[in-house]
This record gives sequence, structure tokens and C-alpha cells, in this order.
Amino acid sequence: MDFLNAIVALANFVLIPAISYGSQLAIGALGVTLIYGILRFSNFAHGDSMAFGAMVTILVTWWMQSLGVSIHPLPTALLALPFGIAATSLMVLTTDRVVYRFYRRVKAKPIVFVMASIGVMFIMNGIVRFIIGPGDQRFADGARFIMKARDFKEMTGLREGLAFKTSQGITIIAAVLIVALLFWFLNHTRTGKSMRAFSDNEDLALLSGINPERVVMVTWIIVAALITIAGVLYGLDKSFKPFTYFQLLLPIFASAIVGGLGNPLGAIAGGFVIAFSEVTVTYAWKKIAVYLLPDALEPSGLAQLLSTDYKFAVSFVILIVVLLFKPTGLFKGQSV
Amino acid sequence: MADPFLIGDGMTGGYGKNGPDILHDCTISVEKGEIAVIVGPNGAGKSTGMKAVFGMLNLRQGSVKLGGEDITKLSPQARVRKGMGFVPQTHNIFGSMSVEENLEMGGFIRTDDISETIEQVYELFPILREKRLQAAGELSGGQRQQVAVGRALMTKPSVLMLDEPTAGVSPIVMDELFDRIIEVARTGISILMVEQNARQALEIADKGYVLVQGANAHTGTGKELLADPEVRQSFLGG
Amino acid sequence: MTQNIRTPLLFAIMAVLFILEGSTNFWVFSGSWNTSLAILNMALISAIMALGVNLQWGYAGLFNVGVMGFVALGGLATVLISMPATPGAWSAGGLRIVLGIIVGVGTILGAVQIRKKMSPGRNRGLLMIALLVLGFFAFRYVFDAGVEAIEAINPAQTGNLGGLNPGGPENYKAHGYMTLLAWPVGGLFAAGAAWIVGKTALGLRSDYLAIATLGIAEIILAMMKNEDWLARGVKNVVGLPRPVPYEVDLQKSAEFAARAEAWGTDVTTASTIAVKLSYGLLFTAVLVVLLVLAQLSLKSPWGRMMRAIRDNEVAARAMGKNVTKRHLQIFVLGSAICGLAGAMMTTLDGQLTPNSYQPLRFTFLIWVMVIVGGSGNNFGAVLGGLMIWFFWIKVEPIGNWLMMVVTSGMEDGSGLKTHLLNSAAHMRLFSMGIILLLVLRFSPRGLVPER
Repeated sequence: MDFLNAIVALANFVLIPAISYGSQLAIGALGVTLIYGILRFSNFAHGDSMAFGAMVTILVTWWMQSLGVSIHPLPTALLALPFGIAATSLMVLTTDRVVYRFYRRVKAKPIVFVMASIGVMFIMNGIVRFIIGPGDQRFADGARFIMKARDFKEMTGLREGLAFKTSQGITIIAAVLIVALLFWFLNHTRTGKSMRAFSDNEDLALLSGINPERVVMVTWIIVAALITIAGVLYGLDKSFKPFTYFQLLLPIFASAIVGGLGNPLGAIAGGFVIAFSEVTVTYAWKKIAVYLLPDALEPSGLAQLLSTDYKFAVSFVILIVVLLFKPTGLFKGQSV
Repeated sequence: MADPFLIGDGMTGGYGKNGPDILHDCTISVEKGEIAVIVGPNGAGKSTGMKAVFGMLNLRQGSVKLGGEDITKLSPQARVRKGMGFVPQTHNIFGSMSVEENLEMGGFIRTDDISETIEQVYELFPILREKRLQAAGELSGGQRQQVAVGRALMTKPSVLMLDEPTAGVSPIVMDELFDRIIEVARTGISILMVEQNARQALEIADKGYVLVQGANAHTGTGKELLADPEVRQSFLGG
Repeated sequence: MTQNIRTPLLFAIMAVLFILEGSTNFWVFSGSWNTSLAILNMALISAIMALGVNLQWGYAGLFNVGVMGFVALGGLATVLISMPATPGAWSAGGLRIVLGIIVGVGTILGAVQIRKKMSPGRNRGLLMIALLVLGFFAFRYVFDAGVEAIEAINPAQTGNLGGLNPGGPENYKAHGYMTLLAWPVGGLFAAGAAWIVGKTALGLRSDYLAIATLGIAEIILAMMKNEDWLARGVKNVVGLPRPVPYEVDLQKSAEFAARAEAWGTDVTTASTIAVKLSYGLLFTAVLVVLLVLAQLSLKSPWGRMMRAIRDNEVAARAMGKNVTKRHLQIFVLGSAICGLAGAMMTTLDGQLTPNSYQPLRFTFLIWVMVIVGGSGNNFGAVLGGLMIWFFWIKVEPIGNWLMMVVTSGMEDGSGLKTHLLNSAAHMRLFSMGIILLLVLRFSPRGLVPER
């Protein structure tokens, strides 16, 4: 019985949160990796573009809520998502046209693109704060839980409860769908293959008659969809606050690099590696230890390896270790 | 005499807008279904000469004609559409993509069914059929060159240009590659190639060009050049 | 216009702006010398930070986006040097903390030694992991008890180790010179952190260094927020001593009152201005010294080599230059300058508030300064620092003014009007982004380009 309780506690406090956080990171890192693979720079505006996508979705959600539109028990935000994606696509395509295209034409060094992306980051940051403000925004509705901790306890008679939030369920399902769809697109459609070809060998792709501007445009649209979805899922799961999206930049970058920049499969693996490390290192293991260990060995403290404030340190340390020992990442990425 | 099928006539120019001239009044041509080979010492402008024919550098003088049509002003991409296939010396495959995907990308500009051409490439290079689902980057050097040539053949070009196709492959593989190239020429495709291995290349060549410092030094059939004592002395090592 | 005229002209324009700020309340200017000097003081500090970043970016092409972390470390140094030691803290847990740190560092050094000495293989990996895990728990065991003991001491007021101020809790404000001592220490702290980052991340690709520095800044900040025993974390440290007199003391001094009267101002205003002026003079002195040093180094063989490396790393390497080592050198130097500036800033603020460190403000804004000013040119960096800081402060009133103009036709009390007026503050980030993009696009070498 104690063993079962320990498993349930592990699932409740570690596995489920880490899987849903990992899914969010993976979707975000897919965007970073695609931009890196096709446009060949690290996009610092990624986090704030995520905030932009989430913001538009929130605004549409509020509007729908005011009209009484609902898809209970699912959150209305899912219905608003396509609008968010459309607006974000428009936004990233505009920034590409106004900002990045020029640097592509003059074949600027990657670092110049990064600088420009910092400019875009400032602007996005300003726009989001200007429109929706810097504070916390609530927009989640519908049923909060698929499974409540209390119901689980009553059902199983265990001491530990297992709570499964709707947002976590949606996140996991969405991540599976998106990854499947994206890989199908990249591996089985002409456009997807041309994107891979362009990322692999730009000169040869040009020689083969692949239109670079089209590849870039399709990439931005996919990235817009990915970041909007990741942003909304994160907002539903935790809460929407512009600054937290900027802070997501570090774990997202870490996921993409750990997996191997430019490699979509790596981005997904990286997302989960980072998420699981963050959650396991900052979780107070006492609860589980109490079930598993004999009384004499019970830890006196919380048995928490690091305080939750250090979660960035976890992604950072993993990042550094991977960079030092395997600079191309776990899956082979580009190391230009 | 009618114009040759493809001719770069009196080409003078260099890389970039204001780069120094590398080619000086250089003429390279190839007839339909024939093999023309460019040889010469290091730094003679062999690859540059071929790239000039393909439109990768600025010509100050001279012209390039394909089948009688002046294509001097066209970009390399446009020349591909006109029926020219180009295999660069390095980075000539999509390493992370499968062999079959490489061929598909080769035929990207085509709007018709490409499966038949893929089949023809497989017949020409049977090993590629075996490895068609493997990532091209994992193949051996010789096999990769076959992928590269196969990719270029996907547009059904009338001229195939090869930049040192045998660089870095073993002598046995080199012989096999040359055999394949002859086979390609027999299907009616003109071949223009740059080669380091001058002797072997001239043996299969219908026409040979010896370039020195960006200008034509000797021109003739492959046999003539091989027999020419001066050419033998300076470039073929006696 | 030649650069010989342009540079002084741009500096003159900045001087005029500061004078206008002090003397007239026309348009968005406040007409208060007090405000003008307050902006100037922060602008001087920003200029020093920009100088540090320019050293890394302009001389060596290193992309450091962890400026915030180094600045925060400087602030930490100010507390650790200029505050008095908390009575009983050292005896309660100081030893354990020092011992804990020794255990921690020893573990890491031991792991590095194992990696160096043993041949690669499973045994080496296992041994390293075993040592690291054991070391971690040993470290936590020794360290945590010390932390607990220290944080238990009067947690509402101190609960930290405190600093080295000889005056003690009662009289530490009399030893204001300790803050000056803290400035170079701040530089040292930052240099140490930069050395660790540089050792690991330099030599990798440029954007990897960027991400690594972004990470280290977040970690430094997490540490400062979380390690209460060090500098009270988010409970903040207030009431730092000052290297300049206090306003109240000046107001009490009869001599000062007489002089204020002679200037024709009231004593209170005169005292605030005098304090700000003293800070300003101190900062200017530091800035001038650094600027001279930076200019000298730029023209020295060392500076020429740096730029040679930046412009063609491969060629420099082929000529036998140890590029990674030079990069490490300049990365440490530049970060040290940021740390120094951070210590100066905390001194000016008189308090350390970890929550106020934001990457947009302390990292990316500095970058805007360097790019706008002209990367590779020290005068450019200084000009960028002065100019961008002035605008950073003034964008808000300008934004307000703009919104007033935009909304003047709207009905009072309408939702949109209120929203626009309230959101004017966020124009800041937006306009900084626009400025950065415009300069990057149309004048990529900045206002005062490298010669």
C-alpha cells in the first residue's frame, strides 16, 4: 500500500507536471529549432512572441466569453486559438518583411540577426504590455480537473490523491498531435521536404530550384502556430504574465540546444530532459521517501535538492554540460 | 560550322562585382552526347571556368549559349530550368535526407511525375535503389557522388556539369564513376567536367581543355592531348 | 560631416538636453536640477556599463547578454563590504558556511581531477558521479545548518552575515568610504563569475555564449534572491552607508546654509543638489579614468591584436595568437567593469533590491546603448549610455504627452482613453526596440562609428 501511495504521489507531483511542462517546452523549442534550421539564428524574440500569441488568444477568449460562447468542459481558449495563430502569423510575417528580410538579402552575419531579434523582442514586449498590461491575466474556464485528488482517493482508497488538470490533459494531447502533424508535414509533403533540404544545404536547395522566400514564409507560419499554442497552453496551465514568457526563453533555448539545434526530434527530447530535471531537482522528495523508507531512515528536511528558485540553474547546468561534452546536442544538430 | 550545343565563348571575368579577373578570354564548349573535360594545374581556373558557364560569376566579356540560345544573363537557377544540371565539388547532397528524398529534391522544379526519372537513376546506379531509404550522409564517398549525380539528373538535363566528381574517392570507385559517366553520356546528355585525375579523364573525353592561368592553353580531343608531348610533359607527369 | 566635428557635437547636444531638463519645464522637461542630476548620475553609470560591454563586443565581438548578473554581483559586493557584520552571525554559522563552500568547491575540483587523471571509461564516469553526489550531500549537510543559524539571527532586520564595515551596527554610516572600497571588489566579483562562464562557454559558437551568459545572469539573480544569509535575499538591504554626506547633515551645517543662501536657493534643495553633484563628480572621475584606460588599450598593441582577432579569427589563430585566452581576458575585463558599475549603482541607490534587476533594463538596454552609440568606439559607448538613459527616462513623459495629443479628441472617461493614458508607460520598451532596429538597419556602425 505504501508503495502504491508512493507511486501515486510521484505521478501527481513529478510525472504529470513534468510531462505537461515538458510538452510546453518541446513545442516552444520546436519553434526555436525551426528558425535556427531555416533562418540560421537564435531568435531572442521567441518568448515575447509567445506572449503576443497568447495575448491575442486571451483577448478573443474574453470576447467569446462575453458573447456566451463556450465549449464546456473544454476551455474557450481552444476555440480562440485559431484567431491567435492567424494574428501571430501576420505579426511574424510582418516582422520578417520589415526586419529580417533585409539582413537575408545582404547576407548578414547570424549575430546581426540576433541583435535584430532583440529589437523585435523589445517591441513585442512593449506591445504586449501596452495592450494587456504587465499583470497576471486569467482566461481559463471550463472544467478545471479531469480527475480531482479527492475523487481519486475515494475511488481507490489510497491516502495519496492524483489530480489531473484539464489543462495538463489538453497540453499532453496537443503536444502529441502537433508533433505527429509536424513530422508528417516535414517528412511526407513536398513543402516540408523542401524545408528540410533548405535547412540541410542551402546552396544545393537553391540550385534545385527551391524558393527560399517561400520556405522562410512557411517556416514563420509554422513557428507562429507553435508559439501561439505553446503560449496558450502554458497560460492555461500556469497563468499568463508577460514577464514569465520572457523567462521561458532560457529553458526553451536550453531544450533546443540540448537536443541539438536545428533538429526537431532533438527539440522534443530536449524539452522533456529539461522539464524532468527541473521538476525532479526542485521537488521536495520527503513525501515519497516517507512511504518508501523505514521510519528510521526518514529524512528530517524536505529532501529537496534545490529550492524552486533555482530551476533556471538546472536548465543552465544541463546546457553547459551538454555544450562541453557534446556540442551538437544529444541528437545531431547543426554545429556551424 | 554550326555552334556547339553548349559554349562559353571568350569568357573574361571573376567573382563578385569588382573581383579581379580569373578567366581571360576562355572558351569551353561541348557537343550533344559528348564528354568534355577541363584539366590543368592547381589554380588554373578550371572550376571557375565551369562555374562561369553555369552563371556563378560575373562575366565582363564573352557569352554563354545553350542550343543556340544566349543564356549569358540568366541566373544559375534559371539555367537549371533551361536544362543544365550541376554537381558541385563539395556539399553536393542533402546529408540528413534519404537517398530517395535527395532525388525528389533534385526534381523539385518539375511539375510532372518524377517517379519514372527516379527509376532511371536507380537503373543507372543500382546501389542507390538498395540504399534509397538510408540517409545520404551515411553513405560511402563513391555512393554519395552517385547520389549527387543522380540528384542533378532528376531535372532531365541536356547538359550535366561535374566539378571534380572523383575528388577523394578510391581508384576503384573512380573507375566505376567514370564508367557511369560514360553511360550517362550515351543517353544523349552532354557532360562537362573538371578533373584532377587528368590522364584517366582525358581517356574517356571526346574533347579536352587544358587551362593555364584562366586561359586556354591546349585544346583537342582526349587522345590528341594525351599524345601531345608538351601536355604530357607539363600536366601528365611524363 | 567628419567625425571630428560630429562626436563633440553629439556630446554637446546631450549637455544641452541635461541643461534644458534642469532649467526649463517646457514640453517634457521637468525644470528641476535635482531630476536632471539624478538622470545624469544613472546615465554616467550606464555609460560605464556600456563601456564594459563595448570592450567585449566592440573589441572582441563577444556577445554577452548576462550584463544584469554582473551588475547584480557588484551590488552584492557593496553590501558585503560596506555594511557592518551582523553580531554573532559569524560565530553562529559563518564557519560552517565557509566550510560548506570549501566542501562544494573541493568536490568540483576533485571531479575535474578525476576527469583529467583517469582514462575515459565507465569507471571514471561512475566515480565522478559518485563523488559529485556524495559531495553535494556533504555540502548541503554542512552548509544548511550554517545558513539556518545565520538566518535565525534577528530575521526582521538582519538574518545575514553582513559586511566588513568597522563601525559596527551603531556607527557604520560614519565609515562611508567603505562603499568606495566596495567598487573594485564588485569588479572582482564580476570578474570571478565571468572567468567561470568564460572558461566553459568561450570557444563555442557566438550564440551559445549569449545563451550561457543569459543563463548565468538568471542564476546569479536566483542566488541573490534566495540566499538570505548573504544579503537578505528579497527582504532587501536598505540604509547602505554613503561615500558622500547626508542631506540632513548638510542642512544642519551652518556653513552650508550660509553658502546655499549665497547661491540664492533654499537649504533643502541645495543639499539634495550638492549630494547628487558629489555623486556625479565621483562617477565622472571613474568614467574618465576608465575611458582613458580604454582608449590607451585600444591604441596599444594589445588592442590592435584584439581587433585583429575580431576581424579575422582564423587568420589570427594561424598567426599563433591564443584566441580563446585573449577572449577570456577581455570577457573578464568587460564583466569586471559592469560589476564595478553595479557596485556604484547600488551605492547611489543606497539599497540592494534583487527584485529590481530585470534583464530588459540591465542587459538589453545596455546593448541598445552600445549599438546606438557605435560599437568599437569608446566615446560612442559613453555617448550611447548618456543618450539612451536620458531617453529611457524621458520616453515616459514624451509618451504621456503623445497620448494626451492622440486622445485629446476623445471623450473624457472613455475606456480607450483611460487605457491609452495608463499604458503610456509601456512605450519605453517599444521605443527602445524601434531605436535599436532603426540604428541597426540604417546606421549599423552607430552614431559615432569605430575609426
